[in-house]
Amino acid sequence: MPIIKTDNLIKKFGDFTAVNGLSLEVNQGEIFGLLGPNGAGKSTTLMMLTTLLKPTSGTARVNNFDIVADPDGVRKSIGIVFQDPSSDDTLTGYENLKLHGMLYNMPAELRERRIKEVLELVDLTNRKDDLVKNYSGGMRRRLELGRGLMHHPKIIFLDEPTLGLDPQSRENIWDYIEKLSKEERVSVIITTHYMDEADKLCDRLAIIDKGKIVALDSPTNLKKVVGGDVINLKIKNPDIESIKKLDFVKNINSKDGTLSLSVNNANENISELLAVTGRVESVELHSPTLNDVFLHYTGREIREESAEGGWSERIINYRSKK
Amino acid sequence: MNEINGILAIWYREFKVFLREKSRIVASIVNPILWLLVFGGGLGSSVSIPGVNYQAFIFPGILTQSVLFSSIFFGVYIVWDRKIDFLKEVLVAPISRTSIFIGKVIGGSTDSMIQSVILLLVGLALENFGMIQGIYFSPYSILLALIILFITTVSFVSLGLIIGSQMESPEGFQLISSFLVFPLFFLSGALFPIDKLPIWIKPFTLLDPLTYAVDALRNVILGISQFSLMFDLGIMLVFLVLVILLGGLAFKRMKV
Ligand SMILES: Nc1ncnc2c1ncn2[C@@H]1O[C@H](COP(=O)(O)OP(=O)(O)OP(=O)(O)O)[C@@H](O)[C@H]1O
Ligand SMILES: [Mg+2]
Repeated sequence: MPIIKTDNLIKKFGDFTAVNGLSLEVNQGEIFGLLGPNGAGKSTTLMMLTTLLKPTSGTARVNNFDIVADPDGVRKSIGIVFQDPSSDDTLTGYENLKLHGMLYNMPAELRERRIKEVLELVDLTNRKDDLVKNYSGGMRRRLELGRGLMHHPKIIFLDEPTLGLDPQSRENIWDYIEKLSKEERVSVIITTHYMDEADKLCDRLAIIDKGKIVALDSPTNLKKVVGGDVINLKIKNPDIESIKKLDFVKNINSKDGTLSLSVNNANENISELLAVTGRVESVELHSPTLNDVFLHYTGREIREESAEGGWSERIINYRSKK
Repeated sequence: MNEINGILAIWYREFKVFLREKSRIVASIVNPILWLLVFGGGLGSSVSIPGVNYQAFIFPGILTQSVLFSSIFFGVYIVWDRKIDFLKEVLVAPISRTSIFIGKVIGGSTDSMIQSVILLLVGLALENFGMIQGIYFSPYSILLALIILFITTVSFVSLGLIIGSQMESPEGFQLISSFLVFPLFFLSGALFPIDKLPIWIKPFTLLDPLTYAVDALRNVILGISQFSLMFDLGIMLVFLVLVILLGGLAFKRMKV
């Protein structure tokens, strides 16, 4: 039985449809990804699955509890790390965790043991008595990760867990996520707009665009759809018709003067391709990435950087607001 | 058990935050003392109220004022919780909205009551040093005063939370709460006897729930009053039940 099952989930804000008929199943124990650009509806989906927003229509079951009829059952089954910082920065790391344990009705003894364990897991043991104000963005993220799984949830939701972090902190977080998936045997739902993150972590993922699933499979299978290799050509006046005639070229996407081709055996065939295209400004060749998959399905690229800025910037914004 | 732990959790957090905000604690105690000594002392020389010294007369009013301000203002914290997304952490936990409301009310009331106790002790000290005259403290009057202040606190913390739970921005909260706080305060007779006011204002003073808190406090601390203690307490309790019910409702409707 799937641990999460959604059926035609829809969320509208006024006339605007943020989530548009989402149907998917997540299996017990897997790391499942929601990959999509800014505004795709990832956070809105998580808000509905975690009972913080009511769907406009459609249903979903989380750990076999209906999200509308039995929100309490859902809440007892889940942990979540929100996209924006949600710890109290006037408290210490330890106090935030203690508060969490109390909110989840953990007996004092178990609570203290779990606090020790998760602090260990996210490497914050020796900073536990510092105010969260004085944490770096990455430390705060790690604290909230530890907090989210402290009460032994069956499912943990991670909303852009590495948004705005430096490469090293990101890899740290990836390690923690893999560790907790193995050691704590929780099912993980992660949203991201980083391709590499989705590729590395997820067993399966749904690519979401404008509130809709455009593709759903394992990263490997998704990349197989693009097939072969990817060649990007920067070219003034491409003769698309004659490129199409080449039998090793399987698909062509054209965008802003760049042609993106999926090609069989690119290394062998590239000279023949260049003979047909004539003069090009630049050539780039790689094995397919999830970015190519997204391009394949939507004709657009996922933008790497979020417009409103990352996690740490938001913390800074918030501090200056205070 | 579940819900009780949730209430304790919220209380624990509010109390920790309270202890960390030293400047707020200091201000909430220094301001009323300034009112009492400077305002009361200055104006006191020109106002005469039969049978009682002016500073003593406004002492219950200043106590109520301090409770009113800090209680309603407490509601802004939930707006901040929403702004920093801490509210999501609380709302996604397996406890009811009612428990969250109760935890917040207890949290805010604790802050106000600590201030009230300190202010009562300050009053006691000032009276002992002869800096204000005419206040008669006994263990019995102090106990009654604390009960009256407690009912007032819980009522106005609830009112502040009702406003806070529906507001998106701290500025919006500030605006709405000042619209409420100042009329409540000035109409309550905290600084002057209501029977000295123009006749057309009088009905408004009777609509102000704070009027009855001030009157009850004057009754137990100074032995002067407009209404009987039972009448004052009765109205205060009706108001209390009303805002608590509304508060529970407001929290049920509250969005993340
Ligand atoms: N409360 C709201 N009221 C109105 N519109 C909203 C609300 N919440 C989200 N939206 C809109 O719904 C769309 C989806 O938002 P959502 O936050 O789910 O996107 P996302 O995939 O998480 O994007 P990001 O990568 O930026 O976090 C956006 O266009 C957003 O502006
Ligand atoms: Mg989001």
